[in-house]
Amino acid sequence: MGECKFCTSETAWCPGCGDLNILDALKEALNRLGREPHEVLVVGGIGQAAKTPQYINTNGFCGLHGRAVPPAIAAKIANKDLTVIIDSGDGDTYGEGGNHFIHNIRRNVDITHFVHDNQIYGLTKGQASPTTDVGHVTEVQPDGSINTPMNPLLLALSLGAGFVARAFSGDKEHLVSIMLEAIQFRGYALVDILQPCVSFNKVNTFQWYSKRVYKLDESYPASNRLAAMEKAMEWGERIPLGILYKEEKPTYHDRIPYLKEGPSLIDREVDRKKIVGFMEDFK
Amino acid sequence: MDYNRLIGGAAGQGMDTLAAILERVLKRKGFEIFTIRDYMSRVRGGHNFIQVRFGQKALNSHRDNLDGIIALNEETVRIHRERLSEEGFVICDKEIQFEDKRVLSLPLKETAKSIGNVKAMGSTALGVLFKLFGMDDSLVEDVLNLTFEREDIAKQNFMAITKGFELVESKYESIPLKDQGKILINGNQAIALGALAAGCKFYSAYPMTPSTSIMNYLATKMDEAEIVVEQAEDEIAAINMAIGASYAGVRAMTGTSGGGFALKVEAVGLSGMQEIPLVIAEIQRPGPTTGLPTRTEQADLRFVVSCAPGEFPKMVIALRNPEDAFYQTVRAFNLADKYQMPVILLGDQYLADYTTTTAPFDFGKVEINRYLSNEAYTGDKEYRRYEITENGISPRIIPGKVPGKVVLVDSDEHDESGHITESAEVRVKMNDKRMRKLEQLKTELLEPEFIGGEEFDTLLLAWGSLYGPVKEAVDQLNSSSTKRFAALVFGDIWPLPQKLLTEKAKNAKKIINIEQNATGQLAALIMEETGIKCSRNILKYDGRPISAQEIYTKLKGGM
Repeated sequence: MGECKFCTSETAWCPGCGDLNILDALKEALNRLGREPHEVLVVGGIGQAAKTPQYINTNGFCGLHGRAVPPAIAAKIANKDLTVIIDSGDGDTYGEGGNHFIHNIRRNVDITHFVHDNQIYGLTKGQASPTTDVGHVTEVQPDGSINTPMNPLLLALSLGAGFVARAFSGDKEHLVSIMLEAIQFRGYALVDILQPCVSFNKVNTFQWYSKRVYKLDESYPASNRLAAMEKAMEWGERIPLGILYKEEKPTYHDRIPYLKEGPSLIDREVDRKKIVGFMEDFK
Repeated sequence: MDYNRLIGGAAGQGMDTLAAILERVLKRKGFEIFTIRDYMSRVRGGHNFIQVRFGQKALNSHRDNLDGIIALNEETVRIHRERLSEEGFVICDKEIQFEDKRVLSLPLKETAKSIGNVKAMGSTALGVLFKLFGMDDSLVEDVLNLTFEREDIAKQNFMAITKGFELVESKYESIPLKDQGKILINGNQAIALGALAAGCKFYSAYPMTPSTSIMNYLATKMDEAEIVVEQAEDEIAAINMAIGASYAGVRAMTGTSGGGFALKVEAVGLSGMQEIPLVIAEIQRPGPTTGLPTRTEQADLRFVVSCAPGEFPKMVIALRNPEDAFYQTVRAFNLADKYQMPVILLGDQYLADYTTTTAPFDFGKVEINRYLSNEAYTGDKEYRRYEITENGISPRIIPGKVPGKVVLVDSDEHDESGHITESAEVRVKMNDKRMRKLEQLKTELLEPEFIGGEEFDTLLLAWGSLYGPVKEAVDQLNSSSTKRFAALVFGDIWPLPQKLLTEKAKNAKKIINIEQNATGQLAALIMEETGIKCSRNILKYDGRPISAQEIYTKLKGGM
């Protein structure tokens, strides 16, 4: 990686945790993009993945459980010059934060969302998450999870997300390549990153994923939404990795003329004369 | 001398527009105004009314007895006739008949129909009202042009008003006055204007009555002021967005009512823990839960003061009237920035919706202080977001604005650099650092407003929007009673300013708290903080605003 300007303290993650590779890949992607630490904001909610901002030398926001998305998009609205990246888990993003996940796809703010999806709750020690497969036995689901797992990629596609991808923490080079595209994409980019949880998910292990994942090849049409939806439904014996869908559309900033043009909100002076003029409304 | 007019009817009959025309015309003719709105939580039907009080002297509150009614339906006459004075009048359509000489059943509908718009019937009634008062139709046309976007509708309504002039003879002499250049504004509009004046650039909220009109006003100014008003998917998103925007460096605000505030509570703690400035408007309505959505109460005080788990510095400012709401909103932004903490503006439906004439806000008094340290860190100096300082306030820089420096904030307990820690020692140091900010804040609290003279027997205690009714009641009591009354009305309410309270309580023979809740929350807070005990209380919690008359009667009778 050469100079490691994004490196910081040691992590508190388990050896072999998928988060470690995702963190490394993120640092590498930012390095390759030539970003400086102060130009980047990494946002997390609560959970093991959500601790990512702690372990990377950038601006960092570790907020509330499920609430990574609202502060991230607002920071981007306030300062469009920041590169805003969310790193959070499947529980944080799809469970506690489900409502924000849904509605921010509609907003299409230009941020990147890396979901560390290990299909289990890690921080609280092994309960089912929204993406846990049916039948998966945990302490809280002793007879196996009975709820249909959520399909985040299909949901994102149905809501009109412009960039929908899946990666695997075990294939770092591929992960970096997807991160590079996701960060550079204009608009909301979702990357669901499959990762093993070595301590609490004894079903979806490194080997389990490795056996099933395969990469979409160049013949795959990433601009076809219906094809992407079909791919998103592929799960079980074979799990596709890659950019399922990519299509630029007007971002939140594009739709508001004064956000699109000119300086960021934080760099604008208050036009006091104008505001004094508003008192005429009440005369 | 002042007058009190009621306009009543069903939701959807255009009372709001009629009242707005009446208020504006009266204001431009030089009157002082105080208007309250009583509406049901429904879009059509039901019974809604608006009371427009006006006179030559400044008005601090509404009053209950009426001396004129415009009734758009029969129900209005039935419900409100008993509050009408002997010399009063009811203007209604001739289809509405009562054996009551005060009821003027006039061909309003017919007249409106003759100009081609039966909906303009209310305007004909307004014409009648103006004529009874000996007023001419000057200024009316201007106001109509402002009120209606469509020119033809404005014209029609002007015709309807002038036709109304022909239906009656003048009853009173007109009072020649001149427009005093005041503004006619409600509490929520004043909060919104205060936010704009303070340089707020990001407002996120989820609609909830009676707070929504803050967002509504800001949204109408969004393009012109080049700010962002974002309707969030829920209250939790709204407050977390505001925190994110504030972290990134713009002044940000969110607003809601009690139920929505309950959802925001965890994030109020986030603002406290991450030390990110935040202004929150909590416009109370009667609870618990959905309660009475369109009505008023002051029952969220103790909830707001002690909201969110854990201990962290926060400030609560109760707003007393629209003028206060404007200046306190500006101040809230400065204090939030200075102490890097949440500042909660506590309003209620009464204040949110009543409109009154007030002096134009003095922008000369508006100062914007951001308390940022970007410049100090442009060199090699190490930046620590949560540096332990003597007053507890750590240097704040804007992420992305100082090359080589990053800003890490955390909801977990953290060290000076913002990294998670479980060190017992650091925990105590950080907790102390945060709480230390309150010590300095306490030195700049605003004491409650004192109403009355040096000599008094009974001290009344109230807070927020009860300022108006209490002030008017004290004035009345002192002019007609040998008992001498005084009052303290709290604006800054948490931390509780104690100096003036302690001083005045010492001289009082009796202390009575007046509040719009069932448990006397201010009295309890004062007892807890100071040991000062109220000997009696006046509490109202039926969802309707307490009037000066009610306070007067209760105090006069009970003395």
